[in-house]
Amino acid sequence: MGVFTMPSLGADMEAGTLVEWLVKPGDEVHRGDVLAVVETQKGAIEIECFEEGRVQELQADIGAKLPVGAPLALIVADGEPAPQEPAAAEPEPAPQEPEPAEPEPVEPAPAIAPVQVTEAPAAVPVAPSAGFPVPPVTAPPPSGALAVSPAARVAAKEKGIDLRTVKGTGPGGAILLKDLDAEPAPKPVPKASPQDEMRKAIAAAMTRAKQTIPHFYLSETIDIDPALAWLARRNESSPPAERVLPGALFVRAAAVAASKVSGMNGHFTDGAFRPSSRVNAGVAVALRGGGLVAPAVMGAEAMSVDDIMQAMRDLVVRARAGRLRSSEMTEGTITISSLGESGAEAMTGVIFPPQVALVGLGAPKLRPWVVDGAVVPRTVITLTLSADHRVSDGRQAARFIAEFKSQIASPEAL
Amino acid sequence: MTEQDIRRAYIEELVAVAPDIDPDTVGETDHLQDDLGLDSMDVLNLVTALHERLGVDIPEADYPQIATAKRAVVYLAARIG
Repeated sequence: MGVFTMPSLGADMEAGTLVEWLVKPGDEVHRGDVLAVVETQKGAIEIECFEEGRVQELQADIGAKLPVGAPLALIVADGEPAPQEPAAAEPEPAPQEPEPAEPEPVEPAPAIAPVQVTEAPAAVPVAPSAGFPVPPVTAPPPSGALAVSPAARVAAKEKGIDLRTVKGTGPGGAILLKDLDAEPAPKPVPKASPQDEMRKAIAAAMTRAKQTIPHFYLSETIDIDPALAWLARRNESSPPAERVLPGALFVRAAAVAASKVSGMNGHFTDGAFRPSSRVNAGVAVALRGGGLVAPAVMGAEAMSVDDIMQAMRDLVVRARAGRLRSSEMTEGTITISSLGESGAEAMTGVIFPPQVALVGLGAPKLRPWVVDGAVVPRTVITLTLSADHRVSDGRQAARFIAEFKSQIASPEAL
Repeated sequence: MTEQDIRRAYIEELVAVAPDIDPDTVGETDHLQDDLGLDSMDVLNLVTALHERLGVDIPEADYPQIATAKRAVVYLAARIG
């Protein structure tokens, strides 16, 4: 018998809000199945199960904000007798924080709910959100509700504008983003936006990283013309669904390098480094509303470039839709952060604890380069490896970079 | 397929890739990357969706031709026709 609990999705997470059950009592579950969706500072995360068996009882209600470790469900192994009184057999469940009167993301509250957000005192704490339910931004408007464009709904929520007071100029009187501009700025709303929550989570993780990890950095600028030429040839004969971006090559090269230099791949926890034989390559994905997440491509050391590309596409789509899984958020063993095609030429990144290395890739730049004794224009990227001096030193970091470089020099072998 | 149909398909697939974009506010000359903030993976996902929906396989060299709604309608109309 096992208790499915609220997992920690990062060292700085204290609580999460249960927003969806994907199983019901009696359902058979297997290790790795997604059982529930939890809203965290990093967005909605699908929570996986580590047990085999059958769901005996759901112990948490949708909308409940629960601390890490709080029981969510009871899972009984096949053949195991079901406990007669599970409530009595289990330890006291952790206290639940006050639930909102209307669970926000599940039951879309009509926009016409009688609330007076703007009159709430500015010092009201965040947690007791009872009293001003806010409709989720993606839910279709319930019948009879105001017609509001998604962007206007988000902006109104951020600015604390009461949509009932806004005159819409869109089709059928729908409220558009520009209609909000005419509104005077109301008093600040006490509830933090998801962007604010994510910024807090990033701030906590990065502050801890800088305070506890003795970072050191090695950089090298690498000619990627051969890799780009190889990709262009390959993509020319491929339909869009099978095309590969340079980012997938970089993740593949980093995964191979990480599998060969163990001091770059693993976790530093409880005062000791635990190297990992698998490479779960965290890929930093910038979120369009601000902030970023770094879900992992699991087992990247054994994947082809095509496999990694498909996995990255899937991660980006799910990151945009708020559908990442708990294992992807917590089991990364190294992170690759790339500035994409445009932007600065180099980035010195902060390691994501409990990992021990981060590969920062600047944007590709056309630069004069010496090839066979002659200066020629070449597209180059600058790789900056951030590494943890508790675990490794310059020699290992240099080996990692040399390995990455040799992989990129012969992309056909990747 | 009229130009209006093509424009609608383009905007619908764009919003599917970047759900936070309000389709009503996308201007004719808004650039996918410079104005709407798409990254290379988003652009590839849009190209893939347009391929599936319209049957037009847009080669990498032609990505600039679909960088705005205005250009995309002209380009896709020619490729469909």
